[in-house]
Amino acid sequence: MLNYTIRRLFLAIPTLLFISLVIFFLVKLSPSDPTANLPLTIPPEVREKIRESLGVNQPLFVQFGLWLKQLMISEPLYWSNQIFGTNFDIGQRIISYQTRSPVMDIVIQRMPQTLTVVGTSYLVGILIALPIGIISAYRQYSFFDQAGTFVSMIGFSVPPFFSGVLVIVIFSVQLGWLPSIYDTTHVVTDWDSFVVQFKQMIMPVMVLALQTTAQISRFLRASMLDNLNQDYVRTARAKGLSEKVVVLVHVLRNSLIPVITVIALGVPAIFGGAIITEQVFKVNGLGQLLIISIQAGDVPTVQTLTFMFAVLIVLFNLVADVLYGLLDPRIRYD
Amino acid sequence: MTSTSIERATSISDDNSPSAAPQTVLEVAGLQTVFHTQDGDVHAVNDVSFTLESGELLGIVGESGSGKSVTMMSLLKLLPMPPAEIVAGKVMFDGRDLLQLDLEQLRDVRGGDIGFIFQDPMTSLNPVFTVGFQIMEPLRVHMKLNKKQARERAIELLELVGIPSAADRLRDFPHQFSGGMRQRVMIAIALACDPKVLIADEPTTALDVTVQAQIIEIVKDLRQKLGMAIVWITHDLGVVAGIADRVAVMYGGQIVEYADVAHLYDDPRHPYTRALLQTLPRQEGEREARLVSIPGQAPNLKGALTSCPFAPRCSQAHDKCLQQNPPLFDVNDQQKSACWLEEAND
Repeated sequence: MLNYTIRRLFLAIPTLLFISLVIFFLVKLSPSDPTANLPLTIPPEVREKIRESLGVNQPLFVQFGLWLKQLMISEPLYWSNQIFGTNFDIGQRIISYQTRSPVMDIVIQRMPQTLTVVGTSYLVGILIALPIGIISAYRQYSFFDQAGTFVSMIGFSVPPFFSGVLVIVIFSVQLGWLPSIYDTTHVVTDWDSFVVQFKQMIMPVMVLALQTTAQISRFLRASMLDNLNQDYVRTARAKGLSEKVVVLVHVLRNSLIPVITVIALGVPAIFGGAIITEQVFKVNGLGQLLIISIQAGDVPTVQTLTFMFAVLIVLFNLVADVLYGLLDPRIRYD
Repeated sequence: MTSTSIERATSISDDNSPSAAPQTVLEVAGLQTVFHTQDGDVHAVNDVSFTLESGELLGIVGESGSGKSVTMMSLLKLLPMPPAEIVAGKVMFDGRDLLQLDLEQLRDVRGGDIGFIFQDPMTSLNPVFTVGFQIMEPLRVHMKLNKKQARERAIELLELVGIPSAADRLRDFPHQFSGGMRQRVMIAIALACDPKVLIADEPTTALDVTVQAQIIEIVKDLRQKLGMAIVWITHDLGVVAGIADRVAVMYGGQIVEYADVAHLYDDPRHPYTRALLQTLPRQEGEREARLVSIPGQAPNLKGALTSCPFAPRCSQAHDKCLQQNPPLFDVNDQQKSACWLEEAND
């Protein structure tokens, strides 16, 4: 298993290089100009100077190579200086076109908001999905199953820009129970501030959790139904085990194998943030950062963020495969 | 194997030594099971009655779809309900009617007093749990053993069914065993709690012939050691001839002939039994050009039986066979046959 993991990690290097190259050219090919958002009163020669200072007028491969060097050498050295107190000469870090501040610093600023909101919603979504999936399968075609199917269909088909706005209209505008804007500067210090934090998280978390729940509960239901008809379930019943043990130990353990890999594959999306939902609730997380960077033609930020997502996706694909091997004794990679 | 199970085993077989009067351990009367499907009701088991005496091996033979397995699964309500429904009958075991028990009480019987072995050992074990875990489960539920005691007993059981280096193999997963070995594990699970009755549902069908022979030997041997009553479901007449005391031949969801093994093979009375025995290839004499088969198809069990289910395929069928379903007639004290031809002898 260890050999396999190491081999996969090495194989990931060319994959990631290729991905970053593709992303780079995609962004570069799009007709965007980092100076486009600047006031029109700026004379063209100044504009040209600004472009020069950003390095935008250099050949594409030079730009790409520079970004790669900054990512692979400058950034690690910088963090080594910060954390271990070393004294490397770091050169230029990756700088955002928009804010002229290091991209990584912005990412680190925004990461907590995204992880709190999207991470919580993922956990909540899974926790709701598990019982729904199990009961829906065990009582197939019952009222509960039909209701679960209905909710899943809604989760699949209603986009968050609709459901998000809908809950804002209902719970913020009409009922006035919950705040419509997520205040990222809010700090939890005591019970009252925790209640405020809890209230502002409810809507974004539930809107996102609906989608996770829909996906995972359907998947688990299908997996449980597959397993409930297996011969080993009959054997378990013939041994005199209670239905609880039959379903929650024998069937669930088998059914969770594919579901857990799906859950693992969904983790990178947490870091990617929820682009639309973050916009709707004004959560200034990573998803929102990506959107405004794309709009501003901020290539270094877009490039760095998407590269991070690519790393996470490759990594969690590997995690999913390794988990599969750990959970299913029939699968061995060596 | 110095430990308790063998002592327990010997003591049981003493009780059941031939001199002791056989007691009825299981009595099934008028069992009827119906599957409610979208295309209508399928009458899978029609008025099946039989008794099982202590230490006896009852063979149940019949072709696919004759209701053998469904009958046995009905006893412990192991069928998916719905669609299955047991509409009538009594299953007396230990002075109780199993069909009247609630699920809680029934679970004590399942795996405790009555052990089950299923047809396909490749799929009957849970792939993600170790064999040890799966053997220890019923021990902990029914015999309330702690982990250590259950482990010891599991090792004993694996040794009993002839699995070498049992202690190590407890940690293995089912896929690390061959088919024959898995079936031994299934037998070990079924025997875990010293059942009074063992129901073996085509335990050798999925195995190749040499492994079949080994499994049959093991069951024969265990029966002597442990003295339990066995119901052996099969469609292999050869196997039944070798191990059974009595045989019930099933057709169309009912027992059509019920006899001790000597009578059945020497003087089969029901035309279906005769036809079945004729299909066995002979070992002596000239080889036949084609294997003999019974013409026609197994009956469609939609709707209750109103005529003899075998009549359409029977060479001796007459008018009455098409008008009325024959009951079991006594041929002699050892033999019953559900055929109108026996009516006169009854």
